[in-house]
Amino acid sequence: MIRAGIDDVISDAFTPIADFISGVIFYSIKIGDPDTIAYVQIPLIVAWLVIAALFFTIYLKFQNVRGVKHALDLVRGRYSRPEDAGEVSHFQALTTAISGTVGLGNIAGVAVAVSIGGPGATFWMILVGFLSMSTKMAECTLGVKYRIEHADGSVSGGPMYYLRDGLASLGKRKLGRVLAVLFALFCIGGSIGGGNMFQANQATSQIINVTGGEDGFLGQWRFVIGLVFALAVGAVIIGGIKSIARVTEKIVPMMAVLYILGCLAVIFGNFTAIPDAIGQIFAGAFNPEGIAGGVIGVLIQGFQRAAFSNEAGVGSASIAHSAVKTEQPATEGFVALLEPFIDTVVICTMTALAVIITGTWSDTSSAPGVETTSAAFATVAPWFPILLAVAVVLFAFSTMISWSYYGMKATGYLFKDSARAELGYKIVFCMFTVIGASLSLGPVIAFSDAMIFAMAIPNVLGLYLLARVIKTEIFVYRSKVESGEFAMVEK
Amino acid sequence: MTSLLVGIDGSESCRRAVAFACRLADESGAVLHIVHVIPWSPYSFTSPAENEHRSASKAQEIAAAEEQIMKPALAIADAFTITPTSIVVHGSPADQLVAIGARQAASQIIVGRTGDSRLKQVLFGSTPVRLIQMSKTPVTVVP
Repeated sequence: MIRAGIDDVISDAFTPIADFISGVIFYSIKIGDPDTIAYVQIPLIVAWLVIAALFFTIYLKFQNVRGVKHALDLVRGRYSRPEDAGEVSHFQALTTAISGTVGLGNIAGVAVAVSIGGPGATFWMILVGFLSMSTKMAECTLGVKYRIEHADGSVSGGPMYYLRDGLASLGKRKLGRVLAVLFALFCIGGSIGGGNMFQANQATSQIINVTGGEDGFLGQWRFVIGLVFALAVGAVIIGGIKSIARVTEKIVPMMAVLYILGCLAVIFGNFTAIPDAIGQIFAGAFNPEGIAGGVIGVLIQGFQRAAFSNEAGVGSASIAHSAVKTEQPATEGFVALLEPFIDTVVICTMTALAVIITGTWSDTSSAPGVETTSAAFATVAPWFPILLAVAVVLFAFSTMISWSYYGMKATGYLFKDSARAELGYKIVFCMFTVIGASLSLGPVIAFSDAMIFAMAIPNVLGLYLLARVIKTEIFVYRSKVESGEFAMVEK
Repeated sequence: MTSLLVGIDGSESCRRAVAFACRLADESGAVLHIVHVIPWSPYSFTSPAENEHRSASKAQEIAAAEEQIMKPALAIADAFTITPTSIVVHGSPADQLVAIGARQAASQIIVGRTGDSRLKQVLFGSTPVRLIQMSKTPVTVVP
């Protein structure tokens, strides 16, 4: 088969590269004897993110709990002035960022975590979801504080700018520049990996899955499905066909609601199994049976998937959030708190419950991924996986559009906003959509995780160095809210 | 002094509304405010690329509205002895007309029967209908 041949060639060429990058980023501490079940690997990068989330939760005095009401008021426009009409609202900045983060990590990634780490992984995933709210707050506050306004009124923000300008203001000009360039390079990699190949790959898998599997009429056509995705993405980001982007942006929130309803249907369709599933989550979190690495193994799975899904500490969302119209950078920090909550605590937990309640997580007949969730959906009605397939394709598409933007801004940063460089990036992006769709899951997941997590190295380092700036910004703002200097607007 | 507010879009009926409002202001000596609201919602969904250029787009939209919608309306007022003020803002047309009416202490809000298609009116309701439901001051709809 020629078509399968193309897929194999791409796969063979790519696997060693993905394995190498993944090996570097996911350097792990190994504990115990590799031949026993107690053997566990702790990837340093996961510890790096979780420690940052814990640090900022304590350092910012639990704003992730105390600030939620204020965040909701901001999103509802209670603090927006009449002259802000027509600008980017907090709601719009938040939903744009969410459509970049809610992707297949929420559907496929969570299924992988539960398949490998058992139901207990859910507990650790939710815990990290809550802690991540603080990291997200930190990076989005800085994103707005150090954004750049161009002559034409457009804005650019994100880690590249706060690493460069924020650290320069602390007298660390050289370090800031190095970290900003590193971040931009990794961001391009992450946009092509997790923001593109992983999405294309899993969406293709699900399309094949609902059309009769590998033996179905699309089974041997991964390459072609990838090409169709690439054309659609290209039409939006290169062709500037705004209508496609606009339609997706409108459909995706509906799909998110539909996906949650779908999960609820699965959960309540098997409602007698709910107490047992909750029991499994808690028991599995602290006292897992038969999971490699025991408690730490479970914990790592939960942590890793939460971090991959909500991207807190990675810095990506800060690029999207920084377009908001506000004079107080901390306002967007508060709004950004909601993002990991919606992404991880709500949507990821739904997926986890669906695969645990139906027991599809323990089925070893196929590789864990979107098919695990699909099998859980199939327990409700045979046509239910088609609903999931539609959700998957749209989530994947909107995530690809958002990430192509992040990658483009990173390219713009490196090449001084050169239009030619940005176009070059977009073409490469579309090529990798095809490659991602053609590969089997293993190398794609290794590469995409590695590149996304790599972004967290310069970003979190910058967050620590700028921690005092973040704290001042947030607490001075809080006191303004409390004193009434920054008050709700009468309408 | 009393003030009147006329809300306009680009339609034919709003030209008649402007003429009507001008005559009313002329006869009564009231101050006239001509308002155009560019439909916009803080709760719509946007792409990151749109957000990046939003401030610039806002300025362009206002400039275009001033040129294409406000200028012809002000030209109608030239035939009368009044000098109306003009306001162009973003938002929900009915909400903004009510809010601006309250801020300017307008005693009456005048609008044309909008040029929306029948289907659009059935689906979303028309601005005059929403205005009549919300406004605390009298509303005149000019056919």
